[in-house]
Amino acid sequence: MGKIVLVTGVARQLGGRLVRRIQRDPEVDRVIGVDVVPPGDRAAGALFVQADIRQPTIARVLAEHNVDTVVHMDVTGTPLGTGGSRATVKETNVIGTMQLLGACQKSPTVKRLVIKSSTSVYGAAPRDPAVFTETTPPKSLPSGGFAKDAVEVEGYVRGFARRRPDVAVCVLRFANILGPRADSPLAEYLSLPVLPTVFGYDPRLQFVHEDDVIDVLRIALHEPRRGTLNSGTFNVTGEGVLLLSQCSRRLGRPTVPVLLPAVNWVGSALRTVGVTDFSPEQIRLLTHGRVVSTVQMRETLGFVPQYSTADTFEDFARSRGVGLLPPEVLARTVDRVSGFVSSAGKERS
Amino acid sequence: MADAKVIPFGDEPRTRRARNTKAKRASVRSTATPAALASVPEREQAAEPVPVEAPAESGGWDRRIAGGLSFLRRRITGDYEVDEFGYDKELTDQVLMSMVRPLYEKYFRVEVKGIENIPSEGGALIVANHSGTLPLDGLMLQVAVHDNHPAERHLRLLAADLVFMLPVINELARKAGHTLACAEDAERLLQRGEVVGVMPEGFKGIGKPFGDRYKLQRFGRGGFVSTALRAGAPIVPCSIVGAEEIYPMIGNAKTVARILGFPYFPITPTFPWLGPLGMVPLPTKWTIQFGEPIPTDGYPPEAAEDPMLMFNLTDQVREQIQHTLYKLLVQRRSVFF
Repeated sequence: MGKIVLVTGVARQLGGRLVRRIQRDPEVDRVIGVDVVPPGDRAAGALFVQADIRQPTIARVLAEHNVDTVVHMDVTGTPLGTGGSRATVKETNVIGTMQLLGACQKSPTVKRLVIKSSTSVYGAAPRDPAVFTETTPPKSLPSGGFAKDAVEVEGYVRGFARRRPDVAVCVLRFANILGPRADSPLAEYLSLPVLPTVFGYDPRLQFVHEDDVIDVLRIALHEPRRGTLNSGTFNVTGEGVLLLSQCSRRLGRPTVPVLLPAVNWVGSALRTVGVTDFSPEQIRLLTHGRVVSTVQMRETLGFVPQYSTADTFEDFARSRGVGLLPPEVLARTVDRVSGFVSSAGKERS
Repeated sequence: MADAKVIPFGDEPRTRRARNTKAKRASVRSTATPAALASVPEREQAAEPVPVEAPAESGGWDRRIAGGLSFLRRRITGDYEVDEFGYDKELTDQVLMSMVRPLYEKYFRVEVKGIENIPSEGGALIVANHSGTLPLDGLMLQVAVHDNHPAERHLRLLAADLVFMLPVINELARKAGHTLACAEDAERLLQRGEVVGVMPEGFKGIGKPFGDRYKLQRFGRGGFVSTALRAGAPIVPCSIVGAEEIYPMIGNAKTVARILGFPYFPITPTFPWLGPLGMVPLPTKWTIQFGEPIPTDGYPPEAAEDPMLMFNLTDQVREQIQHTLYKLLVQRRSVFF
């Protein structure tokens, strides 16, 4: 008998894709998608249960279907659809996780739990080491927003892992997820025609491709392959680092440096207009940057991402269309100048 | 020599020491010449975007302009690589180093001794004294290692957290390959086989009053020794003479420092009285000497946890730097020449 997998947050892009993908896996018997709103055709083919994970009904869903694997994708930074408030998001993240974990604890059938977390649990501060490993304690704990939710969620998951040592728990800390269909706040930011940046800072960023997210989730929810271990906490990101200045040049979008004291003001102004989500933690990321180590992901989890940070960014940039200063045009201009110079040199000699 | 209080040491008489010094200087000159010769082609290549001297033929100019344009092309299209610390090798080699080099060659006329003590490959931890109110000694050390070493090694400096809090400074520091002085970063760099530079005196060394010049301060908690031990990298002691006198700090405005959030606020004979003009450092003559490396790979892995061994090794490194400082001061003819 194959696996029965329950996936939360299937009405979102990544959750829907995961459901569609794992249905084709031969080890998987049945996939149950849970969310507060119907996913439309996003999770086509799966059994969809319209339930709110903040309510105890989730325990009944687990029991009814004899679920043995739970993939918790409903830890997110942005409200689903439009009009959701930050308070609802926080409640879904924290209370929803508590309810889900409570239900898992009571269920005798659950054998495996996968949590989608984020590298934002490390915060971003000038006193941090350049590269975070899974065991690095953050110098400044995130004070609010999604990062704080993720820290709290991970705290509850650790408690659950202590109480149910028979359940394999895998926490995946994803770096910034990017790709042609990404709808994260960072993707929105990078789609602005002119990028406001913090004056005098050039953050180091890492990206992970959507396709790699699905692949690593599949590794985490199946039985571990030989020589690998898929329970524990893992950073997940593509190889390499890009600076924000590099990103803007590759996108062809000019930057406007803003002094740090004025940044929060600009951020809240943009948020009010509804252009993009400039939360304080997002601003901290875009000030100090964040780089994580992927040694555990490669050696223990046995996952090698298909896309590096630069590849992911290239794929994203291609999907976003041309900026105000396309790099191809700039390169052509420089080539023309150098052609002119060399021909002038030949004439002289 | 007359300016600093020098404690003579060793039992050889003065005359013999002077003779030895002369002989040593001659030998140093003879060893320094091939190094200087070897670094010439590299220097020309590094200074490509900023032509220094007019070549006789126009072909050289064209090549330089073409090189500069292809560099510009890569920069404006974002087609370059940085490592996980944010180190931008291309920018450092072509621009940042060329900006510091005139200061190194023409202003402070840095003389480098014992460059062969830095291994050509693999990790090494260079431990140097720190002085001069502003950390110019770190930048000079970086140029000294890159321009004199036959393998053109890049020094990765460990900097104070203040550096990474200041706008612009933190951006440049990261791009030049510096990172935060913490055990995690140092170990990661050493394990990657980089040459890492550390100044364990920290603010105690750089912000000490002029009267205490060339007196090594406490070496923190000696964390650099355990880091080197864990990575099995040799420790290269390094003594820098000349940096102490660039901004003679005769006072420290503690209240101003506290308001600005700096560890000290220097008062020199020229700063802040002459305003920006007071920021110009005095043109002292510098000597950077790298000492015999202290191997660390012979210790068992648990040795890094042994506080007694840590203190002993820290003291050994400290003594060696202090002795070399005194030796160099005795040899020095004048602060400025």
